[in-house]
Amino acid sequence: MIGDYTYSEFGSILAMQGFAGLILFSVFVLMALGLAIIFGQMGVINMAHGEFMILGAYVTYLCSTFVSATIPAFFPYYFFVAMILAFCAAFALGVLVEWAMIRHLYKRPLDTLLATWGLSLVLQQTYRTVFGAREVGVSLPDWLIGSLPVTDVVEVPINGLFVMALTFVITAVVYLLMYRSNWGKRVRAVVQNRTMAGAVGINTRMTDRMTFGLGCGIAGIAGSAFTMIGSTGPTSGQQYIVDTFLVVVFGGAASLLGTIASAFTISQAQSTMEFFMSGSMAKVLTLLAVVGILMLRPQGLFTLKIRR
Amino acid sequence: MGSSSHASTGTLDKSRFANPFFTREGWLYFAILAVLILVVFPLTLDAFRLNNVGKYLTYAFVALGLVLCWGHSGILSLGQGIFFGLGGYCMAMFLKLEASSPENTAIQSTPGIPDFMDWNQITELPWFWAPFHSFGFTLIAIVAVPMILAFVIGFAMFTRRVGGVYFAIITQAIAAILTILIIGQQGYTGGVNGITDLRTLLGWNIRTSEAQFILYFVCAGLLLASLLLCRAVHVSKLGRLVIAIRDKEDRVRFSGYDVAAFKIFVFCFAAGIAAIGGALFTLQVGFMSPTFVGIVPSIEMVIFAAVGGRLSFFGAIYGTLLVNYAKSTFSETFPELWLFAMGGLFIAVVMAFPDGLAGLYHRHVRPHLAKIPGLFDRQSGRGRDVVAQPAE
Amino acid sequence: MNALPATEHAPKEFVLEVEALTVSFDGFKAVDDLSFYVDENEIRVIIGPNGAGKTTVLDLICGRTKASHGSIRFRDRELTRMKEHEIVHAGVGRKFQNPTIYEELTVFENLELSIPRGRTVFGALGFRRDQAVLDRIEEIAEFVFLKDHLKTPSAILSHGQKQWLEIGMLLIQDPSLMMLDEPVAGMSVGERVKTAELLNNIIKDRSVIVIEHDMKFVEDIAHRVTVLHQGKVLSEGSMEHVKNDPKVVEVYLGH
Repeated sequence: MIGDYTYSEFGSILAMQGFAGLILFSVFVLMALGLAIIFGQMGVINMAHGEFMILGAYVTYLCSTFVSATIPAFFPYYFFVAMILAFCAAFALGVLVEWAMIRHLYKRPLDTLLATWGLSLVLQQTYRTVFGAREVGVSLPDWLIGSLPVTDVVEVPINGLFVMALTFVITAVVYLLMYRSNWGKRVRAVVQNRTMAGAVGINTRMTDRMTFGLGCGIAGIAGSAFTMIGSTGPTSGQQYIVDTFLVVVFGGAASLLGTIASAFTISQAQSTMEFFMSGSMAKVLTLLAVVGILMLRPQGLFTLKIRR
Repeated sequence: MGSSSHASTGTLDKSRFANPFFTREGWLYFAILAVLILVVFPLTLDAFRLNNVGKYLTYAFVALGLVLCWGHSGILSLGQGIFFGLGGYCMAMFLKLEASSPENTAIQSTPGIPDFMDWNQITELPWFWAPFHSFGFTLIAIVAVPMILAFVIGFAMFTRRVGGVYFAIITQAIAAILTILIIGQQGYTGGVNGITDLRTLLGWNIRTSEAQFILYFVCAGLLLASLLLCRAVHVSKLGRLVIAIRDKEDRVRFSGYDVAAFKIFVFCFAAGIAAIGGALFTLQVGFMSPTFVGIVPSIEMVIFAAVGGRLSFFGAIYGTLLVNYAKSTFSETFPELWLFAMGGLFIAVVMAFPDGLAGLYHRHVRPHLAKIPGLFDRQSGRGRDVVAQPAE
Repeated sequence: MNALPATEHAPKEFVLEVEALTVSFDGFKAVDDLSFYVDENEIRVIIGPNGAGKTTVLDLICGRTKASHGSIRFRDRELTRMKEHEIVHAGVGRKFQNPTIYEELTVFENLELSIPRGRTVFGALGFRRDQAVLDRIEEIAEFVFLKDHLKTPSAILSHGQKQWLEIGMLLIQDPSLMMLDEPVAGMSVGERVKTAELLNNIIKDRSVIVIEHDMKFVEDIAHRVTVLHQGKVLSEGSMEHVKNDPKVVEVYLGH
């Protein structure tokens, strides 16, 4: 017996908390993937990353409203189209922002941080003007509603499972793109030695722009997935930005595996502690632990010793 | 090519290499600022507006610290709200205890403790509140608590050579953590409402308009004093060293300086100045809440300094006044446009005017003024208030 | 101490004893079991092909890179365990490959920031520009041919003058060991001659380690030459000896 619970009840609670942690993990990974590409590969701080994510969420919301009003028969499948549109919208905005702002600031990383913060304010207000200050939610297709019973007491919601599956697929695609494709090789070449990469004929400007766009596009997909488990408001993105940066930095900025591992650690720690204390204290302790560890090991968890 | 064939003409003339605290030009700027905030504002503004300006001036303390810390030393802290807030909370705790005397709180189930503690079923004053009965302790704590925290953060980060964007993100995370903590621990901190209903300072009612008028002058006077203190640091060898660290960190290190110690000092110094501003904020506004601690206020304070000019102390003060004036005007008339304006300001300052108002002044206005004989120095060269742009 | 150099210089105390020094980056040994010894008042020149580990050796001595193994003893103090600024305080000065000076500041201010007084935070706050400081700056400026440029912003100095300024910034600290990474790069022939003269004046009170590619200059200044190749000592001795060493000839000409 633990407190008032039997062992099997306690186990079930842990399993449910664990599953809640896995959903949080998926959100972290989805948001952190885009950030890890932009920050880890390009060294650019994009404080508006959350707003790119929310753009994807709003695109999904528009799709869902449009489809249910015009072609209800298509509704069960609209999400896949919405996801692609979300990617395209965020990608296009990302490319535009890179062209207008970021490319002038590559040598001033601290200033990028301030400029993208300004961008995030502008985007937030744009969302508020267009969609209103209230949070909006999408209606889920039937097949995503409900939960799967795993044991008598443990049930897992289907939308959560779907988001996790989606996270897995997207992560796999990003991995293949970054580490197994020619394009990924080019991005990493530019990161490691810009001049040399330019000299061997890589269009470094275009690579930068596409990389930034891709990072933003992934944020758009993240936002799209986000609508499956929560509602969207103009400032929803800002709430996650600090956590996500910590996830990326904690994982060692340049490592995809590190990002995933650190997202897992942070989300599980937080959701497990939420069982023992209030949500806010769980978050305080988790973030404090992360900051503390980063102070002791500033290079993050997964990095190589490099020659300075 | 300089040839060394010139025979040594004796020792250097000391006056040629003097490093004055202010040039004549600097004193002129100082006088203009002093007249503006000590004479012009009090004479022309009504009590409500003057109190608002007083509030803005408390932010200017933060901006001053940021000039030294960010502009000169290249350390961008996105957590200055932490120190502003801690200073403000220290002051608020003292005032709250004074307002919570057993006579004033006789109707509570536990008289003599702050009302929000009583509401949260706390029956005893927490240990960390107890010392704030003493005004002397409070005055020390206002500066000491934020500086100690800054020292811990700075020591952990700078001795491990963490800087740049990493430092910015970590300080931002700490600001977020502190906000969540203050909101979460309602019984000890007053939660999201903060510490409110502050009335008297050592028996003196701070809510009367005379008191507010006097507090404005206290704030303005301390701000001018802080400006002089910052200037004193800037013209010292330390002031030149931190600029050298910003531009050529390795050269400074291999000239025998412990670079981390200098960064820690500057960060702590900025924290201390910000905390004084926070305490004065509490006094003038009559409450303190977590909305002045978190990510958003912290980064807004950076933009005050950026608009004024990240390298100029005077610019920082004017920038703070201007942005806040714009903010209150905008949000009264077009609240929905304010975020657009603020966002646009961030982008414009970074992209087009990295030296802010001070840079514009030095490029476009000062050259004309310099033609007036005798206004500035005889040999008025480059303005020493504007240090050229960071190399990164 | 190893047998070979010890027999050559038996009674003397070395200023610097580098023994079995090794550093590896991800398995790549940039410096591999390296030993060499520097005498008092010696000008030692380190040469070697690109990637031989020359700059890394200087980085290791001044603490910029931490050694994986081995020891660096400087006047009987172990440098491998000291922090960078402590190594400087012990008397080791280092000039970087590209002239590293404070471009925003004047020559005078550059030298002033390098004066070994007010090195702590509060020392720097209380530092006063008194007559002793002015005299010292004047003395050093004259020594490095920059006395007429004290008020010049250092950014507009010629490349060679920047190199001199950085040497002056080291000299003002009066180090017992100066390490100069390519001091004559970018200098005119005339400037090189003056620099050689400068170095020969400097070593009256100290030892100097120089990394240089310009063989004419090396011949002018070197007391002894150490040739590095793939992180190891390939050959060591007088310039004459090194030039005729078949191993050196092969490394420089063989590829």
